[in-house]
Amino acid sequence: MNFIEWIKQPWPWYVAGPLIGLTVPVLLLIGNKSFGVSANLRHICAACAPMNISFFKYDWKKEIWNLFFAGGILLGGLLTALFLQNPDPVVVDPKLATELAGYGVTNTDGLVPKELFNWSSLFSLKGLILIVAGGFLVGFGTRYAGGCTSGHAIMGLSNLQLPSLIATCCFMAGGFFFANFVLPLILKLNI
Amino acid sequence: MDRATNTFPEGVRRDKTTDLNTDFEIRSQHSMCVNRSEIDKPILSNIKFLFAGILFGIILVKSEVISWFRIQEMFRLQSFHMYGIIGSAIAVGMISVFIIKKLRLKTIDGEPIQFDNKKFNKGQIYGGLLFGFGWAMTGACPGPLFALIGNGATVIIVTLFSAIIGTWVYGFLRDKLPH
Repeated sequence: MNFIEWIKQPWPWYVAGPLIGLTVPVLLLIGNKSFGVSANLRHICAACAPMNISFFKYDWKKEIWNLFFAGGILLGGLLTALFLQNPDPVVVDPKLATELAGYGVTNTDGLVPKELFNWSSLFSLKGLILIVAGGFLVGFGTRYAGGCTSGHAIMGLSNLQLPSLIATCCFMAGGFFFANFVLPLILKLNI
Repeated sequence: MDRATNTFPEGVRRDKTTDLNTDFEIRSQHSMCVNRSEIDKPILSNIKFLFAGILFGIILVKSEVISWFRIQEMFRLQSFHMYGIIGSAIAVGMISVFIIKKLRLKTIDGEPIQFDNKKFNKGQIYGGLLFGFGWAMTGACPGPLFALIGNGATVIIVTLFSAIIGTWVYGFLRDKLPH
């Protein structure tokens, strides 16, 4: 197997995890920046529609580095799609695959299930809940909590912040509860 | 801390201390991720963060962190993958921050590296739980939203737009919410 074929395979956790962790010192060393992504959503509000809300009245240009970082993440996703994409379907745990098959979700060609996340599913209640309501909660919840997985779980815990530990535990608790008890009801919807 | 005692390389223009203090306080409100640099540099100098983002985006895609399936496995305890990634990322981050603090390392511009201590508020609980729900639904946190769009899952543009609306609604309701 040559290098390109090898690098196209999904990377194991012990390669990806430490590389993600290194983002913390890299951003600190190249510019005194604390790692995080969700603040971008706030900067976009501050830039486009501050509407006299005090939470959005700050000089967002001082945080423009964060928007460059987010733009980079998008470009990284594009470059991977162009040059490094894994040609094989996503390997899914058999128990999950069986459960999802019960909801008619069997396509694992992409990183997201194509039956659930596509433009035409926006015209179904199920798609609207997952794509629109889910996104709303990601934006509302991360800002209410003061950070997301990057800011709290990785940057905050790296800096031994108790509020970040509390927030991370709540992210996981919310996800556990929702994925196991509520999401199945949404996935069962046929409308 | 007294910002006036910080030393900066010659020729670097500093912001007016008065402006910075109030603006910084607003910027860092409910945010882990802030720019602590007080050096005013041209906008194009941010290109280095674009490159850092590209590398981060590639890692997110290649490790399948952005996959809805991996997130569902995580919340159903069906796979170690995500726990290994988040755990080892925190371990590396923690050791790095420890070294930076211990050796009092400076940035490549010669600025002292600064950290913020955050105070607890109830938002971390309520907001954390709500984000957990959204994470389970979309299978993505904010970083992966950007990576997924770039990777070709174009409908996630709607999810990102909705997340921006969610952030705006939070800002609008902030004074009325328990913190």
